[in-house]
Amino acid sequence: MAKVLIIAEHDGRSLSPATAKTVQGAHGLAADVIDVVVFGDALDAIAQDAAKLAGVTCVRVVEDASLAPALASRLAPEVVALSEGYTHILAPSTTFGRDLLPRVAGLLGCNQVSDVMEVVDARTFKRPIYAGNAIVTVRVPDAISPVLATVRTASFAAAAASGSAKVEAASAQAQDPGHTEYVGAEGSSGEGPDLSSATVVVSGGRAMGSSENFELIGSLAKKLGAAVGASRAAVDAGYVPNELQVGQTGKIIAPDLYIAVGISGAIQHLTGIKDAGTIVAINKDPDAPIFEVADLGLVGDLFQLLPELEDAL
Amino acid sequence: MKILVTLKRVVDYNVRVRVKNDGSGVETDGVKMSINPFDEIALEEAIRIKERGEADEIVVVSIGPDASQQQLRTGLAMGADRAILLETDQWVQPLTAAQALLNVVEAETPDLVLMGKQAIDDDCSQTGQMLSALWGRPQATFASKIVFNDRRAEVTREVDAGLETIAVELPAVMTVDLRLNEPRFVKLPEIMKAKKKPLDSKPLAELGLSADQDFEMVAFEPPPQRGGGKTVESVAELVDELKTRGLL
Ligand SMILES: Cc1cc2nc3c(=O)[nH]c(=O)nc-3n(C[C@H](O)[C@H](O)[C@H](O)COP(=O)(O)OP(=O)(O)OC[C@H]3O[C@@H](n4cnc5c(N)ncnc54)[C@H](O)[C@@H]3O)c2cc1C
Repeated sequence: MAKVLIIAEHDGRSLSPATAKTVQGAHGLAADVIDVVVFGDALDAIAQDAAKLAGVTCVRVVEDASLAPALASRLAPEVVALSEGYTHILAPSTTFGRDLLPRVAGLLGCNQVSDVMEVVDARTFKRPIYAGNAIVTVRVPDAISPVLATVRTASFAAAAASGSAKVEAASAQAQDPGHTEYVGAEGSSGEGPDLSSATVVVSGGRAMGSSENFELIGSLAKKLGAAVGASRAAVDAGYVPNELQVGQTGKIIAPDLYIAVGISGAIQHLTGIKDAGTIVAINKDPDAPIFEVADLGLVGDLFQLLPELEDAL
Repeated sequence: MKILVTLKRVVDYNVRVRVKNDGSGVETDGVKMSINPFDEIALEEAIRIKERGEADEIVVVSIGPDASQQQLRTGLAMGADRAILLETDQWVQPLTAAQALLNVVEAETPDLVLMGKQAIDDDCSQTGQMLSALWGRPQATFASKIVFNDRRAEVTREVDAGLETIAVELPAVMTVDLRLNEPRFVKLPEIMKAKKKPLDSKPLAELGLSADQDFEMVAFEPPPQRGGGKTVESVAELVDELKTRGLL
């Protein structure tokens, strides 16, 4: 029977919603045990949140000043030290998990299943390839243990906060390799809902033309209680910061409502929104590929339509 | 400084890849092949580092079919000095790729390995991290800015929360993101000159790597299609539709 270890993601203050989605993914493994490990410093509140996730057996808390902020080269040997006895080790397919888990795989000398979108059985998974143009079913042969996988968070709902797992302290076991140092971070203001987990997202593309004009997106989003997203072209042009990019190389999201404004619908962008509930497209070109996937399409000039839409709400 | 850059031959990013009717794979016959776009950015960065006088040699390496020579030749035309091909017709999974690259790293002893953050065919995003683990060296993934300071590099990484900067000691492995740079176009005279640059090819099988960690690819299928929706004529109609669907 499966015994699963999930590496929790957090920012030092709270547990990332990606962790709850990874736990939900693990439910498909018919596991006896689902443990969550949290690495860092001063983790009480984060560990308590992890303990509430439905289906979790035990939260293992590894507190050490050298584990915060998270660095893959520091964390990977700790994961390996804890891996004994687990049949599966999972992490969210976020930049955190995608940085860390392949390093664990390298240390353990095994391959990893990236971006699990469906658990078929404990050793068989579906995952997207070619920017989501094909889905491959991958089977991990019985001889390979543990099974390492990152979970595509847009494919799973968050596990309910209805559990009460035990919380256990563990100590750090590996040495700091000393070759990597955290320098600093810059992020968005944290205003409005988080793009990865928002139920409504309004995105703008190259057509916005400037960061001033992009305010049209921001103000519509505010009115809708939505998060702001962007195409790569809008990020490359400097209208908005990189963390707002949606797509193959940005965030893969699954909001109930996605509004794409002045975005053509390149395959790499569409990969990021395949799981959205309803897609609305506003574009002046009736032949833009975005209309092939949009549930509701409105052809016209965004600079006229956006203010109209905001007024109508 | 000596830089090793990996170049994977992949289906060009503009091609709309289709799953074969029998579900045995994707259609690659007669399809345009290119350097994995992220690898091209890695090479461009290496060339810029060399042009700044911070590196003296760039070696490009590919693992793949004989036809990968085309991509290596393009890399040489862009500005790499030498090329190595580990030739195989098998679909190489990340661990095997990392082990093969470790072999090259041990022979070449580079100060820096620059790779794409993912290959746009299997989209695994694993090989760089695995190589750095096997090599016991630092990794800096998803790089959008790299600055050298003696035997250290400060790397700005594109992460979900924004940008994060870490400092790593060399030698190190870095995987690059899209906003690091814009690769140059190669000009005809350079393509001609590149024909004279050394390209070493040997069978991957010679390295004697086992594939016992390989996963089985059971089946391929097209993604679920979203049906096209309807066109609304006005903002008022859009708002009505959204209300009907309970979205407003
Ligand atoms: C390896 C790789 C990875 C990539 N990853 C991503 C990714 O993660 N995310 C991503 O988004 N892209 C990604 N791209 C880029 C992608 O291929 C497209 O170039 C990009 O998505 C285009 O952005 P856009 O739709 O904003 O711009 P464009 O394609 O230029 O589209 C602009 C649209 O705006 C419309 N328009 C113009 N003016 C108006 C107006 N006044 N009113 C209404 N409509 C107007 C036009 O009709 C057009 O459809 C990637 C590319 C590569 C090679």
